[in-house]
Amino acid sequence: MKIAVLVKQVPGSESPLSIANNNVWLVEEKVSYVMNESDNYALEEALLLKESTQDSEIVVVSLGPERVKKIIREGLAKGADRGIHINTVNNEDSDPLSIAKIFADALKAENFDLILSGLQSDDLGHGQTGIIIGELLNMSTGSLAVSTKLDGNQIAIKQELEAGFFQNVRMPLPASVTIQSGLNTPRYPSLKGIMGAKKKEIKTLDIDSADQDLKISKLYLPSASNEITMIDGSTDQIVESLVKVFKSEIKI
Amino acid sequence: MNILIVIEDNNGAIHKMSLEAIVAAQEISSKLNAKTTALVMGRNAEALALEASKYELNDILKINSSSLNSYSSDGYAIAIEKVISENNFSYVLFGHTYQVRDYVPKISAKLMRPFLADNIKMSISNRSIEFTKQTFNAKLLADIQTSDSGLYLVSFQSASFSLDAIKPGSSEIQKIDIEIDNTQIKNIYEEPFQESVGGVDLTSADIIVSVGRGIGDADKISIVKELAEAMGGELSSSRPVVDAGWLSPDHQVGSSGQSVSPKLYFALGISGAIQHVVGMKGSKNIVAINKDPEAPIFEIANYGIVGDIFEIVPKLIESLK
Repeated sequence: MKIAVLVKQVPGSESPLSIANNNVWLVEEKVSYVMNESDNYALEEALLLKESTQDSEIVVVSLGPERVKKIIREGLAKGADRGIHINTVNNEDSDPLSIAKIFADALKAENFDLILSGLQSDDLGHGQTGIIIGELLNMSTGSLAVSTKLDGNQIAIKQELEAGFFQNVRMPLPASVTIQSGLNTPRYPSLKGIMGAKKKEIKTLDIDSADQDLKISKLYLPSASNEITMIDGSTDQIVESLVKVFKSEIKI
Repeated sequence: MNILIVIEDNNGAIHKMSLEAIVAAQEISSKLNAKTTALVMGRNAEALALEASKYELNDILKINSSSLNSYSSDGYAIAIEKVISENNFSYVLFGHTYQVRDYVPKISAKLMRPFLADNIKMSISNRSIEFTKQTFNAKLLADIQTSDSGLYLVSFQSASFSLDAIKPGSSEIQKIDIEIDNTQIKNIYEEPFQESVGGVDLTSADIIVSVGRGIGDADKISIVKELAEAMGGELSSSRPVVDAGWLSPDHQVGSSGQSVSPKLYFALGISGAIQHVVGMKGSKNIVAINKDPEAPIFEIANYGIVGDIFEIVPKLIESLK
């Protein structure tokens, strides 16, 4: 079983986000990057599948500039076998179709049985790259998996639907499946894992900037659409004002 | 210019988010003199077509194909791709439902045309349309410009358009036959099911006290529970709290949980990620406490407090008692 996990490096939830002078991207130097949350769950799911299947290999794949090697190493330290870094110069990636084409070209010769990725990135949040890659590589596709189980030449997933509903879906391998956050408990790398990761291979593929059909024309702070009343003061004053709001304004 | 709206079936009725996509199409139609076509398929296609025929649209296409009776991502992607390829549409509009997230990327790959997903608004000018989506967990907005020469797949987030604006009308239903090779449908689907039946029903609550990731750990849930009791309200949460196992899934508000519209939604340590906001933005009053003054929850709250939950909540409970 050959499994690829696609991971993206994105600004952490507490990271400052200052908009660059070109008004289309962030000042990258100020950003503190982490592995995208749902990708981290996808990685853990791959590690669990590997533990339950004989002769499995996990390849961590990430696209972006040099900095993204950090999360590839993180994956290797947790137990993935090798890494592929798709090195791009232009990281203002607003077009998921162009990005997916690059991934599909880079991964085609590897003939993966399974590609796992997070359901959506916490930066641009297009939520479609994993499925497009699967379609381009003529694989089965599944989305929003909250559990996965390998069964011979098939994978069975529990797919999340709207409003608290679920559906069991079974599909033949090879398959590309997107993973919902929260389906497992991602491990931390061990010290031994971190040391061992240094010996593992990361292959770099240099890619010219793709032609993009779509580009962000402007990135900006939302303006509050509502009239908000801020309540401040000491804790006692805040509590007093809150009780007043509840009783006289909202009338509960 | 021609616009296609793909209608989703919600147990025999048009999905609310597909109706909102019709509103979007009608707006484009009135500003750019575009022709609008709605597409229906599946086991309830007849009922969906009849419902769609009550709205102002140029025509309705109803696909006849037994392969589409139940949903499959392959079947839907193949059928819709055929309809798009055989016509000349500039924009194909969808509601950004879970089903749309499952199959529309496949159409994007088949057509080699981009899918602009999860937009919250559009601005129309000079025969071209600019779409706006939330990025970086709703902390920033991004505008993406399209040109009238291309074909774009576009989906809109829930409640991006008001159903009050939908224009009634009448339109003809045309039937089209599409042959689908069933061997191309790879996935096998079982019936959808609900996991926690009879759990907490938040939809009828007047007061909801909701807790987010900002609570920090499981032990601290009890103080929020105490506050909910003191206020006579129900306790709910955002997804990370459920993912961490601090509350059971039936407490979850948001796109994958319950949608609520109480008189008061009291958000504690909830950042306001879009997946949560879509489930509670219909609340009459939103009061939010968060330590981060930049938290997106303050963009939709009526009353906001930048502060520490653990300092404010115990004193609030005391005062309410």
